[in-house]
Amino acid sequence: MVKKNLYDLLVLGGGPAGYVAAIKASQLGLKTACIEKENVGGICLNWGCIPTKALLKSAEVFELIKNVDKYGISIENPKFNLEKIVNRSREVSKKLTNGVNYLLKKNKVDLIKGYGKIAGKNTLVVEQGNNTIELKAKNIILATGARSRNLKNIKSDSVNIWNYKDAMLPKSLPSSILIIGSGAIGIEFASFYNALNVDVTVVEIQNRILPVEDEDVSEFAKNIFKKSGINIICETSVESLKINKSNISATMITKNNSSIKEFDKVILAVGIQGNIENIGIDKFEKIKVNNGHIIVDEFYRTGEDNIYAIGDLVGGPWLAHKAMHEAIICVEKIVNKKGIKPLNLSNIPGCTYSIPQVASIGMTEAQAKNKGYSIKVGKFPFKANGKAIALSEEEGFVKTIFEASTGELLGAHMIGVDVTELIQGYSIAKNIEATEEDIMNTVFPHPTLSEMMHESVLEAFNKAIHV
Amino acid sequence: MPISVKMPALSPTMEEGSLTKWLVKEGDNVVAGDIIAEVETDKATMEVEAVEDGVFSKIIVPEGTNSVPVNKVIALMLEEGEDKSSLDNLETIDDSSQEDTAIDKAVIENKKEIISEEKTEIPIESSLVTDNVINIENDLKRVIASPLAKRMALQANLDISKVSGTGPRGRVIKNDILSFLGNPKVSEKNLNEEFLSKNSSENFVKIPNSNMRKIIAERLSQSKQEIPHFYLTVDCEIDELLSLRKDLNSRSKDGRFKLSINDFVISAVAQALSKVPETNSSWSKESIIQYKNIDISIAVALDEGLITPVIRDANQKGLAEISNEMKDLVDKANNNKLMPEDYKGGTFSISNLGMYGIKEFAAVINPPQGAILAVGKGEERAIVKDGALSIANIMTCTLSCDHRVVDGAVGSKFLTQFKEFIEDPVSMML
Repeated sequence: MVKKNLYDLLVLGGGPAGYVAAIKASQLGLKTACIEKENVGGICLNWGCIPTKALLKSAEVFELIKNVDKYGISIENPKFNLEKIVNRSREVSKKLTNGVNYLLKKNKVDLIKGYGKIAGKNTLVVEQGNNTIELKAKNIILATGARSRNLKNIKSDSVNIWNYKDAMLPKSLPSSILIIGSGAIGIEFASFYNALNVDVTVVEIQNRILPVEDEDVSEFAKNIFKKSGINIICETSVESLKINKSNISATMITKNNSSIKEFDKVILAVGIQGNIENIGIDKFEKIKVNNGHIIVDEFYRTGEDNIYAIGDLVGGPWLAHKAMHEAIICVEKIVNKKGIKPLNLSNIPGCTYSIPQVASIGMTEAQAKNKGYSIKVGKFPFKANGKAIALSEEEGFVKTIFEASTGELLGAHMIGVDVTELIQGYSIAKNIEATEEDIMNTVFPHPTLSEMMHESVLEAFNKAIHV
Repeated sequence: MPISVKMPALSPTMEEGSLTKWLVKEGDNVVAGDIIAEVETDKATMEVEAVEDGVFSKIIVPEGTNSVPVNKVIALMLEEGEDKSSLDNLETIDDSSQEDTAIDKAVIENKKEIISEEKTEIPIESSLVTDNVINIENDLKRVIASPLAKRMALQANLDISKVSGTGPRGRVIKNDILSFLGNPKVSEKNLNEEFLSKNSSENFVKIPNSNMRKIIAERLSQSKQEIPHFYLTVDCEIDELLSLRKDLNSRSKDGRFKLSINDFVISAVAQALSKVPETNSSWSKESIIQYKNIDISIAVALDEGLITPVIRDANQKGLAEISNEMKDLVDKANNNKLMPEDYKGGTFSISNLGMYGIKEFAAVINPPQGAILAVGKGEERAIVKDGALSIANIMTCTLSCDHRVVDGAVGSKFLTQFKEFIEDPVSMML
C-alpha cells in the first residue's frame, strides 16, 4: 500500500454512469475521484453506441450509393475500404474519450487509472501494475457496467465466434455471418454487414425479431430486412457450433426440427450481464445480487450504507442515457438534495440504428392491453408523408398509443429513416404529461418527417387529415 | 358550406357527454327537429335533435365515444344540393375556438371604432391597462399543472387548486392527482392484479362503469368521507295511514290517482320540514344554508344504478298531485328521459326500500343535502300499548343527519314531527 487519500466520493468505473456521476458530484462540491481500468467513456464511447454509429454511417452511405440511381445520379462500381471504415470508427471513439478526459479535468475530478475493488465500507484498493493504492471515501458508487453474455454451450473466442467488440474490428469481411440474437445489437450488426454485401443470417429464439419493440414494428422490420437480403429465422435456437477448418457448422433447432448450416463467422448478441465479479462485493453480505446485477433501491442504494450502484451494473434497460440519469439522481441523493424523484423507467426511449432505424418509448400495444388500459391507437405511414416521399424513403410508420379516457400518451413506436432523431418529441410529451390535445395543437414544421408524429396522434382519435 | 352538428349543451352545467348512439345513417335526409342521436350525460340519456334540414353526410364522432366536449363537431350535414366533395376540404373547427376568434375580432373592431370616433389613443391605453390588471389577477389564481393532471382532475370533478404539486416548481402532475384521489388507480390495480392472478378469466366478467355508476361511486364516497353521519330511528304506526289510503283511493274516480304509502311519506316529510326547517339545510364553510323551498329527492332504482328525481315544493302539493308527479318521474327515469331539472337541486332525500321487504336501514346522505330519511317496510308487528300486547302495522324510519348541520335534538324534533304526521295523516292535510 502506497498512499491514502480521503475523498467525499469514489466512483468505480468511468463509463456513462461513472463519469457523469463524478462530474456531477464535483460540481456539487464533493471531492471526487473516478477509477477506470481502460479508457474513460465505457462501452458506450469505446465499444458500443458511438463506434457502431460510425460504422453504420459508412454502411448507410454505401447503401445510399448502391441505390443512388433513383436520385438521378450514377456512380459506377462503388467500392469501400474496410480498414478505413474501421479506422474512422476508432478515431471517432478516440475523439470522444478525449472529450471525457477533458471534462473530468475541467470539473476537477481525479481520474485514477487502474483496477479498483471495494475493500471496506469506505475503502477502495486500486491495482496499478505492480502497485496497489488504497483510497478512502465517505461514499462509493459502483459503476462497473456490463458485458455481453455467453450462452451455456457457446462462448465467444474472438476468432470465429465474435462478441460485439470483435464484430467492430473486422480485419477482413467474412463471406457469411450467423448472428445469434435479434435485439438492438444483433440487428445493428446485421444491417452493417448486410450493407457491405456479407450474407447475414439472424437467429432469434422468440417468435419475432426486436422482441422488446411493438409487435407491428417487429413484423414490419422483419419484412424490410428480408427484402434487403438478411435471412431471418425466428423461434429457433442455436444448439451447438462446430468449428471446422474453413467454416463453422451451426446446429439449429426449430420446434423439434434440427438442421445444420455453415457460416464463415458467428456473432453472439444474446444479451448483457453485469460486471459483478472481482469488484469486492462478495465481502459485503448486505450487497445483494440478482441475475447478474446488483440490487439497489430507487435511489441506487445497495444494502450497505454509503455504497451505491448505478448504470448497467444494476440492470436494464442497458442504455447510456438511462445510466447518465441514474448517475445524477444517485449523486443528488448523496448530497441530500430535496425533492429528488426516482427515474420513471417508462419514459426512457430506446433506439436501434439499423437500416431503417427503430425508435420507441413507453408501452407497446400488447403491454397496454395486458395492463387493462382502454386504448386508442394511431398509425401513420411514411408513404403518406411529403418529406419521406421527397427523400425516396417511403418505408416505415409512426404508431402512437393513448389511454382512451385521459388521453395520456402510453407509448410511441417508429420505424423508418432517421426516426431515432424524432423520438425525443414524444419523450418530451410524455415527460411533461402532454395529452393528445397538446400534441394536436402543436404546430409541426412542413415539410418534415416530424409531421408523421402529429398525424399519428390525429389518427388515434380519427382526426387524421393526410391519410 | 356543410353544416356542423355539435355536441349540444343539454343542461347549463354540462361540459361533456358520451355519444351513445347515432339514430341516423350517413346519407339519410334529415329535417330540423328529427332525433339524430342519443347522448348520455352524468345522469340521463337525452336526445339530440337536428337543427337544420339537410343530408346527414359524415359521422365524425363514432357512437360509443365517451367524454365528448360540448360544442365539439360530432357530424357533418350537407345542405340540399350541396356536393359531397365539399366535405373533403372542410376542416372541422370546434365552436369554442370560433367563438374566441369572434370575440377577439369584436374587441379589435371596438378598438378601431374608438380610434376613428375619438381620434385619441387615451381610451385604448386605458383599456389596455384594465386588460393587464385582469391578466395579472388571472395569473395569481393560475394553477400550474400538467395537461394530463388537468384533464384527470376535470374527469374526477376535482378542484385542482386543492392539490399540491410535486412536479418541477410545484407543478401538479399525474401522480399528485392519483394520490389526492387516494391513489385509486394504483391501489385498485394492485388489488385487481392480485385478484386476477388467483382467478382464471373464466371466473369473472368485467363490467365497464357507466357515467351514472362513476357519479354514484364518486358522490357517495365523498359523502361518507366528508360528512359526519349520525342516525336516528323511530317506529311509526301506520294503521291510520293504511285505512285513510284505502278510503282515499276508493274515491279516485276513473283512476285519477292511486296513492302509495310512499306518497304519504313524501307529504309527511315535506310538512315536517316546514315545521323544522333546520333539517332542510346544507353545510358550507361560511354558513349553513337553510332552504326556503322544500324540494324532496326520491331515490329511484334503475337497472344500472339509481337516480333521485325531485318533487318540488312538496309542502304545497296535495297527495294526489305528489302521487301523479311521482309516477311520471319514475316513468321518465325508467326510460332514461329525465331532464336535468327533474333531478337536480333537491333539498332533502327519501330512500324507501319497503317494497323490497327491508325492515330498516340507514342511507348515505346525498350531498350537499343535510339529511336523508330511510324508510323500511310497513308490516304487522306485536307491540306493547298501555301495558297490553297488541298488533299494529309498523314502519321503521331512520334519519341520517349531517352533524355539521343537524344536531341530535334537531333531528329528533324533525322525526317526532314526521311521526306525528305519518301516524295521524289527516293532521297533515289540515
